[in-house]
Amino acid sequence: MNTHQDTIVALATAPGIGAIGIIRLSGTDAFPIVNTLFPSKDLNIQKTHTIHYGHLWQKDQILDEVVVSLFKGPQSYTKEDVIEISCHGSPYLLQKVIEALIDGGARLAKPGEFTQRAFLNGRFDLAQAEAVADLIASENETAHQAAINQMRGGFSAEIKKLREELIHFASMIELELDFGEEDVEFANRKELKSLVEKIQGAIQGLIESFSLGNVIKKGIPTVIAGKPNSGKSTLLNALLNEEKAIVSDIPGTTRDFIEDEIILAGIPFRFVDTAGIRATEDQVEAMGVARTHTKMREASILLYMVDLQNDSLSAYQEQLFSLEQQEVPFIIVGNKVDQADQNLKTHVQADDRAVLISAASKTNLDGLKSKLIDVLDLAQFKNSNTIVTNVRHYEGLMQTKIALQKVLKGIADDITHDFLAADIRQSLYALGEITGEITTDDLLENIFSKFCIGK
Amino acid sequence: MFEKYDVIVVGAGHAGCEAAHAAATMGSKVLLATMNMNTIAQMSCNPAMGGVAKGQIVREIDALGGCSGIITDQTMIQFRMLNKSKGPAMWSPRAQSDRMRFAETWRLTLEANPNIDFWQEMISAIIVENHVVTGVRTSLGIDIKSQSVILTNGTFLNGLIHIGNKQFGGGRTGESAAFGITEQLVGLGFDAGRMKTGTPPRVDGRSLDYKKMQEQKGDIIPEKFSYLPDIQSLTNQKSCWITHTNAAVHEQLQLGFDQSPMFNGRIKGLGPRYCPSIEDKINRFADRSQHQIFVEPEGWNTVEVYVNGFSSSLPEEIQYNALRLITGFEKVKMFRPGYAIEYDYFPPTQLNLTLETQLIENLYFAGQINGTTGYEEAACQGLMAGINAHLKNNLKDPFIISRSEGYIGVLIDDLVNKGTDEPYRMFTSRAEYRLLLRQDNADQRLTAKGHALGLASDERLALLQTKVEDTASLQRYLKSEKVLPIEINKYLTQQDTAVVTEKISLEQLLKRPQLNIADLPSLSKKIQKDLDPYPRDVQEQTEILIKYASYIQKEEQQSKKQLSMETLRLKTALNYEDINSLSSEAKEKLTKFRPSTLGQASRISGVSPADISILMVYLGR
Repeated sequence: MNTHQDTIVALATAPGIGAIGIIRLSGTDAFPIVNTLFPSKDLNIQKTHTIHYGHLWQKDQILDEVVVSLFKGPQSYTKEDVIEISCHGSPYLLQKVIEALIDGGARLAKPGEFTQRAFLNGRFDLAQAEAVADLIASENETAHQAAINQMRGGFSAEIKKLREELIHFASMIELELDFGEEDVEFANRKELKSLVEKIQGAIQGLIESFSLGNVIKKGIPTVIAGKPNSGKSTLLNALLNEEKAIVSDIPGTTRDFIEDEIILAGIPFRFVDTAGIRATEDQVEAMGVARTHTKMREASILLYMVDLQNDSLSAYQEQLFSLEQQEVPFIIVGNKVDQADQNLKTHVQADDRAVLISAASKTNLDGLKSKLIDVLDLAQFKNSNTIVTNVRHYEGLMQTKIALQKVLKGIADDITHDFLAADIRQSLYALGEITGEITTDDLLENIFSKFCIGK
Repeated sequence: MFEKYDVIVVGAGHAGCEAAHAAATMGSKVLLATMNMNTIAQMSCNPAMGGVAKGQIVREIDALGGCSGIITDQTMIQFRMLNKSKGPAMWSPRAQSDRMRFAETWRLTLEANPNIDFWQEMISAIIVENHVVTGVRTSLGIDIKSQSVILTNGTFLNGLIHIGNKQFGGGRTGESAAFGITEQLVGLGFDAGRMKTGTPPRVDGRSLDYKKMQEQKGDIIPEKFSYLPDIQSLTNQKSCWITHTNAAVHEQLQLGFDQSPMFNGRIKGLGPRYCPSIEDKINRFADRSQHQIFVEPEGWNTVEVYVNGFSSSLPEEIQYNALRLITGFEKVKMFRPGYAIEYDYFPPTQLNLTLETQLIENLYFAGQINGTTGYEEAACQGLMAGINAHLKNNLKDPFIISRSEGYIGVLIDDLVNKGTDEPYRMFTSRAEYRLLLRQDNADQRLTAKGHALGLASDERLALLQTKVEDTASLQRYLKSEKVLPIEINKYLTQQDTAVVTEKISLEQLLKRPQLNIADLPSLSKKIQKDLDPYPRDVQEQTEILIKYASYIQKEEQQSKKQLSMETLRLKTALNYEDINSLSSEAKEKLTKFRPSTLGQASRISGVSPADISILMVYLGR
């Protein structure tokens, strides 16, 4: 039996921060979906069990530099076409990639669904059924718990309101279909249209708050960049007050980026320590440098380290010029202030985007912290009263939006209400993924409580 | 005195009549036991069949080979296709019936079937041996043996009628209630509950002033319920009349509120929210200054009329005084007051999808005993119970209609898996594949199945085949027949739709909302000649299939996906408590409802998608 033709996607590695994270897709469209995001090669024509290096793109933006492993069914875990994408381990980034894959037509896998498909496609024997069932149950429990945690606060209220409005709208349609003979007032097309538009607006708001929500949940990505040995890892450690990054005096020690979170003024900042930027022959280090550039583009705030002791004024000015070309807000961190070259120090100090510190002796870290808060546009975070923080919610909202767009088109084309209702059901179903199922009984309940039905 | 029957049907309302007819037509020896042979197939409430969703059910009954459609056609006094402006899935046939002709025709139809015997007496018990039913016992103490028993007791089990402060036992006004069966079934382990329904007063048509009311005529071109061609559509129809209540009527009714058994708590059973009494409407929707009243004739010749919209259990004098304040009712004479009735039902979650009870083998329930309301809902359950009793007695596979095949499937699946707290009425919104369950295609959905059962006649199958072939041929024609811009642009402009620049097929034209198949003959003499041989139902169906292709295909795909779940059977002996991974709520619900397929399990509230995945794994593909 192979009834599961749709393509599912999920993070295959443990959630949290690892050096890499693997995203897995399974289903008929796994290859086409990844292919559209992976312009480096045509994956459709590659052999099974091969790996391919390249960049994942979303529209005209690089998401990540990845390695893609191909498994064509039935020689795969699920016996369907499977692709595993090895990305860098930032949860923020991984989520962006999953979102892009969902936008491309995949759907988020249910708990244990890969294993379930593997089982249903004959991958395991019956004796393993119990283990598979337990896995589904436990993953579901985890997901359920996560969902409950998400539903606290403003988001829940916002979604609840949205649900009620959608029920109200669907009831208006059903009222006319099932109770067209009744002596009650029916909504006209104009009213219906403005109702859908209102709901669309609310959904759009929630979708937009989605990326913002992630930022809040995962921390504001704050990238520490600079030349090798300018003291980036020392600064990170100083901020964290713990030995996290591998610190040494040998330039180029940090070859991958290391992340951690600190909370300043109640706002989580995710600090990302990057490999130092320099031309290098070392291949591993070169990859690290390349990723640093990606990271710098993704950052919400960039801390650019200047080595006040060893950097030259001309190199600093050159760097400053290239920083200004990027659209990321940045802070110039003049490090090693206690051993500074006076000429350079004077120049740096004159810039009001700069803070002078000593990471090693923990001098003026508070100055840096308050500068961070200043730079961050707090207003946008404080206004985000509703935040979507989960990919599943994002997916549900996107599907609801798409279904409602069809409803609007239907209203514009003047199609009959039975067909409009078919589109509305799609949106109810999609939103139900977030808010809990919306049933016919909910609609009838609403109709009976508001209208005098019955002869 | 009695032979051993294959099937005994207890009760001869809409459910009982369809059950007896179906089993007997398939070949069973049937005894139809009723308390009163003069009230076979009574329309206890309004004299009408069909309506939104209900009309589709009658079409399905007819497609399978049941009688409700034919008998309605034979006895209707008015026909209307409701919801004609709302899209083909919503078109719903409805007929006003001649109440006496309807009952008489049903009785004569049953009498014409040599496999049906009749017995007039109250059945006071069923006979059960080792959890298997083996017959019934009458109030005179006669035991009648049978292989299976179908209970269709309607509102008669411990029926209690309320009019104001007065209350008395009865199954309908003027007919006594039935006692004994509920108590016996509860003793056998069944859960029983109490429901309530009501009916309006009947009045003398000679005392009404129709000139003050608004006339509601039947359709100019009346259609009919049955797919069989032998009954002609009506040429002459009777009208209904519309009037309204007013503030004075409401004030009068309010005088009786303290004596209302609804409001003072004497009625315990739950009534249907979509069929409220007039006092309930005034009470709950106090801001409304008037409510609609439909004055419906009860037949061709009788002067009795049904006051639809005025259901009440207030004291008869209050009812009378209030009626007289309605426009056109100033001199009204009442034949009988409205009343409320409470009766026993058995929560239908105790049934299998065949309507056989889970507790007692070969015992079936159909109709209001299952907590439903409406003639159509009752009739289709009777039909399904009759079919399945026959099949089981003959060791054949059960006959179950899926949710994507018919409203009948939706109804039974809802009853068995979800149960119901208030009298269950069908709405189109209850069907997830509403666009597939249309009144125009019930024959395509069900007639072949009915024929395979030995219920639908050869004639029905032949008609279906012709319709299917004609529809396919018309579709081919519309696809291949192309017209030039010069031939049609003038007409298109007239119809307010865009002109074309190159050759276009008739099929493409038909996809435009502004054009209907009826417009095509105006395009050219040739097209008119080509289309002429196709009957109206074929043209109508072809048009639907072309115009709404994308929606219909989408629902078909969804239903196929769900159907694969429906085919995955769950053993009834499965011990859900042993499947550790299931959530505790799922264990409890699955143990309670005992779904027979995975699809059924997925519709039980409290059973999550994860639980379904776990079950799927346990099914081992």
